[in-house]
Amino acid sequence: MTIKRKAYIAGAFEHPTRLAKDRSVAQLHAECALGALRDAGLTKEDVDGYFCAGDAPGLGPLAMADYMNLTLRHLDSTDVGGCSYIAHVAHAAEAIAMGKCRVALITLAGRPRSEGHSGAVPRVRGADAPDTQWEFPTGIATVNAYAMCAARHMHQYGTTAEQLAWIKVAASHHAQWNEHAMLRDLVTVEQVVGSPLIATPLHRLDCCVVSDGGGALVVVAPEVARSLKRPLVKVLGAGESMKGQMGGAVDLTYSAAVRSGPAAFAEAGVTPKDIKYASVYDSFTITVLIQLEDLGFCEKGQGGKFVADGNLISGVGKLPWNTDGGGLCNNHPANRGGITKVIEAVRQLRGEAHPKVQVPNCDLALAHGTGGLLGSRHGAATLIMERE
Amino acid sequence: MAKERSIPAPLTNPETEPFWAAAREGRFLLRACTACGKAHWYPRAVCPFCMSEKTEWREASGRGTIYSVSVMKRAPEVYAVAYVTLEEGPTMMTNIVDCDFDALAIGQAVALTWRPTQGDGPPYPQFRPA
Repeated sequence: MTIKRKAYIAGAFEHPTRLAKDRSVAQLHAECALGALRDAGLTKEDVDGYFCAGDAPGLGPLAMADYMNLTLRHLDSTDVGGCSYIAHVAHAAEAIAMGKCRVALITLAGRPRSEGHSGAVPRVRGADAPDTQWEFPTGIATVNAYAMCAARHMHQYGTTAEQLAWIKVAASHHAQWNEHAMLRDLVTVEQVVGSPLIATPLHRLDCCVVSDGGGALVVVAPEVARSLKRPLVKVLGAGESMKGQMGGAVDLTYSAAVRSGPAAFAEAGVTPKDIKYASVYDSFTITVLIQLEDLGFCEKGQGGKFVADGNLISGVGKLPWNTDGGGLCNNHPANRGGITKVIEAVRQLRGEAHPKVQVPNCDLALAHGTGGLLGSRHGAATLIMERE
Repeated sequence: MAKERSIPAPLTNPETEPFWAAAREGRFLLRACTACGKAHWYPRAVCPFCMSEKTEWREASGRGTIYSVSVMKRAPEVYAVAYVTLEEGPTMMTNIVDCDFDALAIGQAVALTWRPTQGDGPPYPQFRPA
Protein backbone atom coordinates (compact mmCIF):
# COMPACT_ATOMS: atom_id res chain seq x y z
CA MET A 1 0.00 0.00 0.00
CA THR A 2 1.14 3.53 -0.73
CA ILE A 3 -0.38 7.00 -0.81
CA LYS A 4 1.65 7.86 -3.91
CA ARG A 5 -0.65 9.61 -6.41
CA LYS A 6 -3.71 8.62 -4.34
CA ALA A 7 -4.64 12.16 -3.26
CA TYR A 8 -4.35 15.79 -4.38
CA ILE A 9 -4.12 19.09 -2.55
CA ALA A 10 -6.94 21.01 -4.18
CA GLY A 11 -7.34 23.93 -1.79
CA ALA A 12 -4.89 26.03 0.22
CA PHE A 13 -5.49 29.22 2.16
CA GLU A 14 -3.39 31.32 4.51
CA HIS A 15 -5.35 33.79 6.63
CA PRO A 16 -4.09 37.31 5.85
CA THR A 17 -4.34 38.51 9.46
CA ARG A 18 -1.32 38.59 11.73
CA LEU A 19 -3.14 40.26 14.64
CA ALA A 20 -6.67 39.09 15.36
CA LYS A 21 -7.77 40.93 18.48
CA ASP A 22 -11.29 41.16 17.03
CA ARG A 23 -11.73 37.45 16.24
CA SER A 24 -12.15 34.18 18.16
CA VAL A 25 -10.00 31.11 17.52
CA ALA A 26 -13.03 29.15 16.29
CA GLN A 27 -13.88 31.99 13.91
CA LEU A 28 -10.34 31.96 12.53
CA HIS A 29 -10.55 28.19 11.94
CA ALA A 30 -13.83 28.61 10.08
CA GLU A 31 -12.55 31.56 8.02
CA CYS A 32 -9.53 29.48 7.02
CA ALA A 33 -11.77 26.54 6.11
CA LEU A 34 -13.93 28.79 3.96
CA GLY A 35 -10.86 30.23 2.25
CA ALA A 36 -9.42 26.83 1.36
CA LEU A 37 -12.76 25.45 0.16
CA ARG A 38 -13.31 28.53 -2.04
CA ASP A 39 -9.78 28.14 -3.39
CA ALA A 40 -10.58 24.55 -4.35
CA GLY A 41 -14.02 25.38 -5.76
CA LEU A 42 -15.77 23.23 -3.16
CA THR A 43 -18.29 23.86 -0.38
CA LYS A 44 -18.64 22.53 3.14
CA GLU A 45 -21.26 20.07 1.87
CA ASP A 46 -18.46 18.34 -0.05
CA VAL A 47 -16.34 17.81 3.07
CA ASP A 48 -16.51 14.31 4.54
CA GLY A 49 -13.19 14.23 6.43
CA TYR A 50 -11.89 16.73 9.00
CA PHE A 51 -8.42 17.06 10.52
CA CYS A 52 -7.18 19.42 13.22
CA ALA A 53 -4.72 19.42 16.13
CA GLY A 54 -4.26 20.91 19.57
CA ASP A 55 -4.82 24.50 18.47
CA ALA A 56 -8.48 23.71 17.72
CA PRO A 57 -10.67 24.78 20.63
CA GLY A 58 -12.65 22.08 22.42
CA LEU A 59 -12.39 18.29 22.53
CA GLY A 60 -10.34 16.99 19.61
CA PRO A 61 -12.09 17.71 16.32
CA LEU A 62 -15.62 17.74 17.77
CA ALA A 63 -16.13 21.39 18.67
CA MET A 64 -14.81 22.78 15.38
CA ALA A 65 -16.61 20.17 13.27
CA ASP A 66 -19.82 21.15 15.08
CA TYR A 67 -19.11 24.90 14.77
CA MET A 68 -18.82 24.47 11.00
CA ASN A 69 -21.73 22.00 11.03
CA LEU A 70 -19.84 19.41 9.01
CA THR A 71 -21.24 15.98 8.19
CA LEU A 72 -18.28 13.62 8.44
CA ARG A 73 -17.29 10.01 8.02
CA HIS A 74 -13.64 10.49 8.95
CA LEU A 75 -12.06 12.51 11.82
CA ASP A 76 -8.43 12.76 12.93
CA SER A 77 -6.95 15.03 15.60
CA THR A 78 -3.37 13.75 15.60
CA ASP A 79 -1.32 16.30 17.52
CA VAL A 80 2.45 16.28 17.14
CA GLY A 81 2.79 20.03 17.62
CA GLY A 82 3.55 22.43 14.80
CA CYS A 83 4.13 19.76 12.15
CA SER A 84 0.73 18.12 12.75
CA TYR A 85 -0.79 19.59 9.58
CA ILE A 86 1.95 18.13 7.39
CA ALA A 87 1.15 14.73 8.93
CA HIS A 88 -2.56 15.46 8.41
CA VAL A 89 -2.04 15.73 4.64
CA ALA A 90 -0.51 12.26 4.70
CA HIS A 91 -3.25 10.92 6.97
CA ALA A 92 -5.89 12.44 4.70
CA ALA A 93 -4.22 10.79 1.70
CA GLU A 94 -4.25 7.47 3.57
CA ALA A 95 -7.94 7.85 4.39
CA ILE A 96 -8.74 8.80 0.79
CA ALA A 97 -6.70 5.85 -0.53
CA MET A 98 -8.67 3.56 1.79
CA GLY A 99 -12.00 5.02 0.66
CA LYS A 100 -12.74 6.49 4.10
CA CYS A 101 -13.35 10.00 2.74
CA ARG A 102 -13.11 11.95 -0.53
CA VAL A 103 -12.74 15.58 0.54
CA ALA A 104 -10.61 16.18 3.64
CA LEU A 105 -10.42 19.57 5.33
CA ILE A 106 -7.44 20.48 7.54
CA THR A 107 -7.51 23.65 9.66
CA LEU A 108 -5.13 25.48 11.98
CA ALA A 109 -5.69 28.79 13.76
CA GLY A 110 -4.69 30.68 16.87
CA ARG A 111 -4.08 34.10 18.37
CA PRO A 112 -0.91 33.84 20.49
CA ARG A 113 0.07 37.40 19.58
CA SER A 114 -3.19 38.84 20.90
CA GLU A 115 -2.86 36.65 23.97
CA GLY A 116 0.68 37.84 24.66
CA HIS A 117 2.52 34.53 24.27
CA SER A 118 6.32 34.47 24.25
CA GLY A 119 8.70 31.64 23.43
CA ALA A 120 10.95 32.92 26.21
CA VAL A 121 8.43 32.15 28.97
CA PRO A 122 8.34 28.61 30.41
CA ARG A 123 4.95 26.95 30.23
CA VAL A 124 3.64 23.60 31.38
CA ARG A 125 3.08 21.34 28.37
CA GLY A 126 0.75 18.95 30.15
CA ALA A 127 0.90 18.85 33.96
CA ASP A 128 0.44 15.07 33.83
CA ALA A 129 3.22 14.47 31.27
CA PRO A 130 5.85 12.19 32.85
CA ASP A 131 8.67 14.60 31.97
CA THR A 132 7.07 17.75 33.40
CA GLN A 133 8.17 17.32 37.03
CA TRP A 134 11.78 16.87 35.90
CA GLU A 135 11.95 19.60 33.29
CA PHE A 136 9.51 22.43 33.99
CA PRO A 137 11.39 23.49 37.16
CA THR A 138 14.50 24.19 35.02
CA GLY A 139 12.77 27.09 33.27
CA ILE A 140 12.82 25.27 29.95
CA ALA A 141 10.85 27.43 27.51
CA THR A 142 10.86 27.22 23.73
CA VAL A 143 13.83 29.37 22.80
CA ASN A 144 16.31 27.91 25.31
CA ALA A 145 15.38 24.36 24.33
CA TYR A 146 16.31 25.09 20.70
CA ALA A 147 19.29 27.13 21.86
CA MET A 148 20.80 24.06 23.52
CA CYS A 149 20.62 22.29 20.13
CA ALA A 150 22.41 25.24 18.53
CA ALA A 151 25.09 25.30 21.24
CA ARG A 152 25.78 21.60 20.83
CA HIS A 153 25.80 21.77 17.01
CA MET A 154 28.27 24.66 17.17
CA HIS A 155 30.45 22.72 19.63
CA GLN A 156 30.41 19.50 17.67
CA TYR A 157 30.56 20.78 14.07
CA GLY A 158 31.95 24.28 14.29
CA THR A 159 28.71 25.87 13.08
CA THR A 160 28.81 29.64 13.54
CA ALA A 161 26.30 32.32 14.50
CA GLU A 162 26.96 33.95 11.12
CA GLN A 163 26.04 30.76 9.27
CA LEU A 164 22.77 30.52 11.24
CA ALA A 165 22.13 34.18 10.47
CA TRP A 166 22.15 33.44 6.73
CA ILE A 167 18.90 31.50 7.24
CA LYS A 168 17.18 34.62 8.58
CA VAL A 169 18.73 36.71 5.82
CA ALA A 170 17.24 34.36 3.20
CA ALA A 171 13.81 34.52 4.88
CA SER A 172 13.93 38.33 4.84
CA HIS A 173 14.85 38.36 1.14
CA HIS A 174 11.64 36.44 0.46
CA ALA A 175 9.43 38.27 2.95
CA GLN A 176 10.11 41.65 1.33
CA TRP A 177 7.77 40.58 -1.50
CA ASN A 178 4.99 39.24 0.77
CA GLU A 179 2.50 42.01 1.55
CA HIS A 180 1.13 40.02 4.50
CA ALA A 181 4.51 39.24 6.11
CA MET A 182 5.02 40.58 9.63
CA LEU A 183 8.66 41.50 8.98
CA ARG A 184 9.33 42.76 5.46
CA ASP A 185 12.64 44.55 5.97
CA LEU A 186 15.78 43.01 4.52
CA VAL A 187 18.28 42.10 7.21
CA THR A 188 21.99 41.37 7.02
CA VAL A 189 24.13 38.76 8.77
CA GLU A 190 25.60 41.59 10.86
CA GLN A 191 22.13 42.70 11.96
CA VAL A 192 21.19 39.17 13.02
CA VAL A 193 24.32 38.52 15.09
CA GLY A 194 24.13 42.07 16.41
CA SER A 195 20.56 41.67 17.67
CA PRO A 196 20.14 40.98 21.41
CA LEU A 197 20.90 37.52 22.70
CA ILE A 198 17.68 35.89 23.92
CA ALA A 199 19.00 32.48 24.98
CA THR A 200 22.63 31.88 24.12
CA PRO A 201 23.65 31.35 21.37
CA LEU A 202 20.35 32.43 19.73
CA HIS A 203 19.68 36.09 19.02
CA ARG A 204 16.38 37.83 18.68
CA LEU A 205 16.58 37.59 14.89
CA ASP A 206 17.24 33.82 15.09
CA CYS A 207 13.66 33.48 16.42
CA CYS A 208 10.40 33.27 14.51
CA VAL A 209 7.59 35.78 14.85
CA VAL A 210 4.59 35.34 17.15
CA SER A 211 1.52 35.87 15.01
CA ASP A 212 -2.23 35.36 15.01
CA GLY A 213 -3.99 33.77 12.08
CA GLY A 214 -4.15 30.34 10.57
CA GLY A 215 -4.48 28.30 7.43
CA ALA A 216 -6.37 25.47 5.86
CA LEU A 217 -5.88 22.77 3.23
CA VAL A 218 -8.28 20.64 1.24
CA VAL A 219 -7.04 17.18 0.23
CA VAL A 220 -9.18 15.30 -2.27
CA ALA A 221 -9.48 12.04 -4.17
CA PRO A 222 -8.04 12.03 -7.74
CA GLU A 223 -11.46 12.07 -9.42
CA VAL A 224 -12.49 15.10 -7.34
CA ALA A 225 -9.25 16.91 -8.19
CA ARG A 226 -9.77 16.33 -11.90
CA SER A 227 -13.31 17.76 -11.69
CA LEU A 228 -11.98 21.07 -10.31
CA LYS A 229 -10.34 23.99 -12.08
CA ARG A 230 -7.19 24.27 -9.98
CA PRO A 231 -3.71 23.06 -11.01
CA LEU A 232 -3.17 19.44 -9.98
CA VAL A 233 -0.86 19.07 -6.97
CA LYS A 234 -0.57 15.46 -5.91
CA VAL A 235 0.87 13.74 -2.88
CA LEU A 236 3.89 11.62 -3.80
CA GLY A 237 5.19 10.47 -0.46
CA ALA A 238 5.21 11.14 3.25
CA GLY A 239 6.95 10.12 6.42
CA GLU A 240 6.59 10.84 10.10
CA SER A 241 8.45 10.08 13.27
CA MET A 242 9.39 11.44 16.68
CA LYS A 243 12.52 11.68 18.77
CA GLY A 244 13.01 12.20 22.47
CA GLN A 245 15.73 11.89 25.04
CA MET A 246 16.16 8.16 24.46
CA GLY A 247 16.21 7.26 28.13
CA GLY A 248 19.02 9.70 28.79
CA ALA A 249 21.11 9.00 25.66
CA VAL A 250 20.47 12.60 24.63
CA ASP A 251 21.76 13.75 21.24
CA LEU A 252 20.71 17.27 20.28
CA THR A 253 22.51 17.35 16.94
CA TYR A 254 19.87 15.55 14.90
CA SER A 255 16.10 15.43 14.60
CA ALA A 256 13.43 12.86 13.78
CA ALA A 257 13.75 14.02 10.16
CA VAL A 258 16.42 11.31 9.88
CA ARG A 259 13.47 8.90 9.82
CA SER A 260 10.58 10.91 8.34
CA GLY A 261 12.70 12.22 5.45
CA PRO A 262 14.02 8.93 4.06
CA ALA A 263 10.54 7.38 4.39
CA ALA A 264 9.02 10.20 2.35
CA PHE A 265 11.74 10.12 -0.31
CA ALA A 266 11.44 6.33 -0.60
CA GLU A 267 7.68 6.46 -1.06
CA ALA A 268 7.94 9.28 -3.58
CA GLY A 269 10.79 7.59 -5.45
CA VAL A 270 12.85 10.79 -5.57
CA THR A 271 15.97 12.13 -3.84
CA PRO A 272 16.84 15.47 -2.21
CA LYS A 273 18.69 16.47 -5.39
CA ASP A 274 15.39 16.30 -7.33
CA ILE A 275 13.57 18.79 -5.06
CA LYS A 276 13.00 22.18 -6.73
CA TYR A 277 11.56 23.95 -3.69
CA ALA A 278 11.61 23.15 0.04
CA SER A 279 9.46 24.48 2.86
CA VAL A 280 11.33 23.61 6.04
CA TYR A 281 10.02 24.64 9.44
CA ASP A 282 11.84 27.67 10.81
CA SER A 283 10.81 28.17 14.42
CA PHE A 284 14.44 29.18 14.86
CA THR A 285 17.36 29.34 12.46
CA ILE A 286 18.91 26.24 14.05
CA THR A 287 15.71 24.27 13.38
CA VAL A 288 16.22 24.76 9.64
CA LEU A 289 19.89 23.87 9.66
CA ILE A 290 19.48 20.60 11.57
CA GLN A 291 16.47 19.52 9.50
CA LEU A 292 18.18 20.27 6.16
CA GLU A 293 21.04 18.00 7.21
CA ASP A 294 18.71 15.26 8.42
CA LEU A 295 16.62 15.41 5.23
CA GLY A 296 19.77 14.78 3.22
CA PHE A 297 20.19 18.16 1.50
CA CYS A 298 23.75 18.14 2.85
CA GLU A 299 25.88 15.95 5.07
CA LYS A 300 25.49 15.99 8.85
CA GLY A 301 27.56 18.81 10.25
CA GLN A 302 27.78 20.65 6.92
CA GLY A 303 24.53 22.61 7.35
CA GLY A 304 26.36 25.80 8.24
CA LYS A 305 28.24 25.82 4.96
CA PHE A 306 25.10 24.76 3.06
CA VAL A 307 22.92 27.64 4.22
CA ALA A 308 25.60 30.36 3.95
CA ASP A 309 26.03 32.89 1.17
CA GLY A 310 22.39 32.97 0.12
CA ASN A 311 22.08 29.31 -0.83
CA LEU A 312 18.44 29.29 0.39
CA ILE A 313 17.41 32.46 -1.52
CA SER A 314 15.14 31.88 -4.52
CA GLY A 315 16.91 32.85 -7.73
CA VAL A 316 20.28 33.02 -5.97
CA GLY A 317 21.00 29.71 -4.23
CA LYS A 318 20.67 26.03 -5.00
CA LEU A 319 17.72 25.35 -2.69
CA PRO A 320 14.89 27.89 -2.80
CA TRP A 321 13.35 27.70 0.67
CA ASN A 322 10.40 29.26 2.54
CA THR A 323 9.68 31.76 -0.20
CA ASP A 324 6.80 33.31 1.75
CA GLY A 325 9.29 34.49 4.38
CA GLY A 326 8.55 31.53 6.63
CA GLY A 327 8.03 31.67 10.34
CA LEU A 328 11.10 33.83 10.73
CA CYS A 329 9.55 36.76 8.82
CA ASN A 330 6.07 36.01 7.54
CA ASN A 331 3.78 34.09 9.85
CA HIS A 332 3.76 31.50 12.64
CA PRO A 333 0.06 31.22 13.46
CA ALA A 334 -0.83 29.52 16.76
CA ASN A 335 2.93 28.99 17.33
CA ARG A 336 2.55 26.16 14.82
CA GLY A 337 4.23 26.58 11.46
CA GLY A 338 3.33 23.35 9.71
CA ILE A 339 0.38 24.39 7.60
CA THR A 340 2.03 27.49 6.15
CA LYS A 341 4.88 25.22 4.98
CA VAL A 342 2.45 23.16 2.87
CA ILE A 343 0.60 26.26 1.65
CA GLU A 344 3.73 27.91 0.22
CA ALA A 345 4.80 24.62 -1.38
CA VAL A 346 1.38 24.42 -3.06
CA ARG A 347 1.75 28.03 -4.29
CA GLN A 348 5.15 27.15 -5.77
CA LEU A 349 3.84 24.01 -7.48
CA ARG A 350 0.88 25.94 -8.92
CA GLY A 351 3.14 28.74 -10.11
CA GLU A 352 1.23 31.12 -7.81
CA ALA A 353 4.08 32.24 -5.57
CA HIS A 354 5.12 35.90 -5.80
CA PRO A 355 6.85 36.37 -9.19
CA LYS A 356 10.01 37.60 -7.42
CA VAL A 357 10.36 34.28 -5.58
CA GLN A 358 8.59 31.82 -7.91
CA VAL A 359 10.86 28.91 -8.81
CA PRO A 360 10.76 28.34 -12.59
CA ASN A 361 9.08 25.09 -13.59
CA CYS A 362 8.59 24.07 -9.99
CA ASP A 363 7.21 20.55 -10.34
CA LEU A 364 8.56 18.84 -7.21
CA ALA A 365 8.42 20.28 -3.70
CA LEU A 366 8.98 19.18 -0.13
CA ALA A 367 7.38 20.40 3.09
CA HIS A 368 8.88 19.36 6.39
CA GLY A 369 8.26 20.31 9.97
CA THR A 370 9.05 19.69 13.60
CA GLY A 371 6.58 19.90 16.48
CA GLY A 372 7.15 20.21 20.20
CA LEU A 373 10.71 20.99 21.24
CA LEU A 374 13.78 19.95 19.29
CA GLY A 375 15.65 20.19 22.59
CA SER A 376 13.56 17.64 24.49
CA ARG A 377 11.02 15.68 22.47
CA HIS A 378 9.54 16.45 19.09
CA GLY A 379 7.47 15.10 16.24
CA ALA A 380 8.52 15.31 12.60
CA ALA A 381 6.60 15.10 9.35
CA THR A 382 7.81 15.19 5.75
CA LEU A 383 5.63 15.55 2.67
CA ILE A 384 6.66 15.41 -0.98
CA MET A 385 4.32 16.84 -3.60
CA GLU A 386 4.37 16.96 -7.39
CA ARG A 387 2.62 19.11 -9.97
CA GLU A 388 0.91 16.99 -12.59
CA MET B 1 25.75 37.11 42.53
CA ALA B 2 22.51 38.17 40.90
CA LYS B 3 19.15 37.21 42.36
CA GLU B 4 18.28 33.58 41.62
CA ARG B 5 15.14 32.45 39.86
CA SER B 6 12.38 31.03 42.07
CA ILE B 7 11.97 27.35 41.16
CA PRO B 8 8.49 25.83 40.69
CA ALA B 9 7.89 22.78 42.87
CA PRO B 10 7.95 19.52 40.91
CA LEU B 11 4.54 17.84 40.66
CA THR B 12 5.42 14.44 42.08
CA ASN B 13 3.49 11.20 41.66
CA PRO B 14 3.56 7.72 43.26
CA GLU B 15 6.07 6.47 40.69
CA THR B 16 8.59 9.20 41.54
CA GLU B 17 7.86 9.95 45.20
CA PRO B 18 10.92 7.97 46.47
CA PHE B 19 13.23 10.24 44.44
CA TRP B 20 11.80 13.39 45.98
CA ALA B 21 11.70 11.88 49.49
CA ALA B 22 15.42 11.07 49.12
CA ALA B 23 16.00 14.58 47.77
CA ARG B 24 14.61 15.98 51.04
CA GLU B 25 17.38 13.97 52.76
CA GLY B 26 19.99 15.29 50.34
CA ARG B 27 20.39 11.97 48.52
CA PHE B 28 20.43 11.94 44.69
CA LEU B 29 18.90 8.77 43.25
CA LEU B 30 19.02 7.33 39.77
CA ARG B 31 16.70 4.64 38.49
CA ALA B 32 18.51 1.64 37.02
CA CYS B 33 17.44 -1.66 35.49
CA THR B 34 18.61 -4.93 37.00
CA ALA B 35 17.72 -6.80 33.79
CA CYS B 36 19.88 -4.82 31.33
CA GLY B 37 22.08 -3.13 33.93
CA LYS B 38 21.62 0.42 32.61
CA ALA B 39 20.73 3.57 34.51
CA HIS B 40 18.34 5.96 32.77
CA TRP B 41 16.91 9.49 33.08
CA TYR B 42 14.26 10.68 33.87
CA PRO B 43 13.44 7.94 36.41
CA ARG B 44 10.83 5.38 35.34
CA ALA B 45 9.40 2.18 36.81
CA VAL B 46 9.68 0.52 33.39
CA CYS B 47 13.15 0.51 31.81
CA PRO B 48 13.24 2.66 28.63
CA PHE B 49 15.99 0.46 27.18
CA CYS B 50 14.65 -3.10 27.64
CA MET B 51 11.11 -2.46 29.02
CA SER B 52 11.82 -4.62 32.05
CA GLU B 53 9.89 -3.81 35.23
CA LYS B 54 12.94 -4.86 37.28
CA THR B 55 14.15 -1.36 38.05
CA GLU B 56 15.54 -0.01 41.31
CA TRP B 57 16.75 3.23 42.90
CA ARG B 58 20.51 3.66 43.22
CA GLU B 59 22.38 6.45 44.90
CA ALA B 60 24.34 8.43 42.33
CA SER B 61 27.59 10.39 42.52
CA GLY B 62 26.15 13.75 41.49
CA ARG B 63 29.17 14.30 39.26
CA GLY B 64 28.91 15.04 35.57
CA THR B 65 29.88 17.19 32.61
CA ILE B 66 27.90 19.76 30.64
CA TYR B 67 26.57 18.24 27.37
CA SER B 68 24.93 21.49 26.28
CA VAL B 69 23.94 24.76 27.92
CA SER B 70 21.98 27.91 27.15
CA VAL B 71 21.87 31.08 29.21
CA MET B 72 18.42 32.68 29.17
CA LYS B 73 19.06 36.39 28.89
CA ARG B 74 15.47 37.47 28.37
CA ALA B 75 14.16 36.72 31.85
CA PRO B 76 13.72 38.67 35.09
CA GLU B 77 16.65 36.67 36.53
CA VAL B 78 19.24 35.34 34.08
CA TYR B 79 19.52 31.54 34.34
CA ALA B 80 21.17 28.62 32.58
CA VAL B 81 19.41 25.48 31.38
CA ALA B 82 21.67 22.58 30.55
CA TYR B 83 21.94 18.93 29.81
CA VAL B 84 24.44 17.31 32.14
CA THR B 85 25.87 13.87 31.39
CA LEU B 86 26.17 12.05 34.70
CA GLU B 87 29.16 9.89 35.60
CA GLU B 88 26.72 6.96 35.68
CA GLY B 89 25.80 7.47 32.01
CA PRO B 90 22.45 9.23 31.52
CA THR B 91 22.14 12.84 30.43
CA MET B 92 19.60 14.96 32.33
CA MET B 93 18.00 18.36 31.82
CA THR B 94 18.89 20.67 34.70
CA ASN B 95 20.27 24.11 35.59
CA ILE B 96 23.79 25.35 36.19
CA VAL B 97 23.97 27.73 39.17
CA ASP B 98 26.62 29.41 41.37
CA CYS B 99 28.60 30.28 38.26
CA ASP B 100 29.74 32.97 35.86
CA PHE B 101 27.11 32.43 33.15
CA ASP B 102 29.38 33.82 30.44
CA ALA B 103 32.10 31.31 31.32
CA LEU B 104 29.98 28.13 31.06
CA ALA B 105 31.23 25.67 28.47
CA ILE B 106 30.29 22.32 27.03
CA GLY B 107 32.50 19.62 28.56
CA GLN B 108 32.89 21.51 31.85
CA ALA B 109 32.86 19.34 35.01
CA VAL B 110 29.93 20.02 37.35
CA ALA B 111 28.65 18.73 40.69
CA LEU B 112 25.17 18.40 42.17
CA THR B 113 23.63 21.05 44.37
CA TRP B 114 20.08 21.07 45.74
CA ARG B 115 17.90 24.15 45.48
CA PRO B 116 14.67 24.82 47.42
CA THR B 117 11.45 25.03 45.42
CA GLN B 118 8.31 27.09 45.82
CA GLY B 119 5.80 26.34 48.59
CA ASP B 120 8.03 23.94 50.53
CA GLY B 121 8.22 21.56 47.55
CA PRO B 122 11.05 19.02 47.49
CA PRO B 123 14.51 20.38 46.63
CA TYR B 124 15.38 20.30 42.94
CA PRO B 125 18.69 18.87 41.62
CA GLN B 126 20.91 21.46 39.93
CA PHE B 127 24.63 21.63 39.21
CA ARG B 128 27.49 24.06 39.79
CA PRO B 129 31.01 24.10 38.38
CA ALA B 130 33.04 21.36 40.10
